[in-house]
Amino acid sequence: MRNGSSDVLNEFRQGDVAAFETLFRLHQRAVYGWILRIVRNPATAEELTVESFWRIHCARARFQPSRGFEAWARCIATRAALDWLRTRRSEIELPAELPAPAVADPAVTGEIRRKTALAFQRLPPRLRIAAVLAVVEEQPHKEVAEALGISVSAVKLRVFRALHLLRKDLQQQGITP
Amino acid sequence: MNENDELRMKKLLQQALPPVDGDSEPARDLWPAVLRRLDARPAAPPWFDWALLAGLAAFAAFFPASIPVFFYYL
Repeated sequence: MRNGSSDVLNEFRQGDVAAFETLFRLHQRAVYGWILRIVRNPATAEELTVESFWRIHCARARFQPSRGFEAWARCIATRAALDWLRTRRSEIELPAELPAPAVADPAVTGEIRRKTALAFQRLPPRLRIAAVLAVVEEQPHKEVAEALGISVSAVKLRVFRALHLLRKDLQQQGITP
Repeated sequence: MNENDELRMKKLLQQALPPVDGDSEPARDLWPAVLRRLDARPAAPPWFDWALLAGLAAFAAFFPASIPVFFYYL
């Protein structure tokens, strides 16, 4: 995805709504896709995309063009998704039928997948968000680090802790991964 | 947890939560919703406006004689 021209970015910083719309049209798909990867629900991703662009507009004076609009927008979107995960943590329910993986492992039954998904939802949101982006969605660690505002080492540490806690939870349920 | 355990956990997690299509588009145009949001919740005054107001109030409290001068220039 390309960044907006410097004129558009400067006009956006000055509060020009037309410039903001131009940036929105250029970046909404990427922002929506990034949020969808985190929250895994299209309706919620739409709602959070609107919230993210509202936050982007409010924070326009702090935007530094040298950083690039896309990375900045992704960072704000990640924070919005993280806030959502924190507030809705106990309300999320899994669908009755989980989508099947592209390449299913015969040793992993539907019940194990379901218990794993439920155990994953019990993890702290900041660990869950790192694990879902880096492991499930296989996003580059550098991009995940930028979006979370932490170092690459911190991303690796959060992923490790997430997997460790997940394994512990499953073992307590009698599942040996 | 050793490297093998970590790898197994990663594979299990990928089986439990298959990746979503991150390249998909929203089902509707979200721009009208963004505009409604901008209209509904105007941005709060920036912090330095509040700091200026607090400074003026403190100045007026310490130097009450400056209040008529302040109103003169308002």
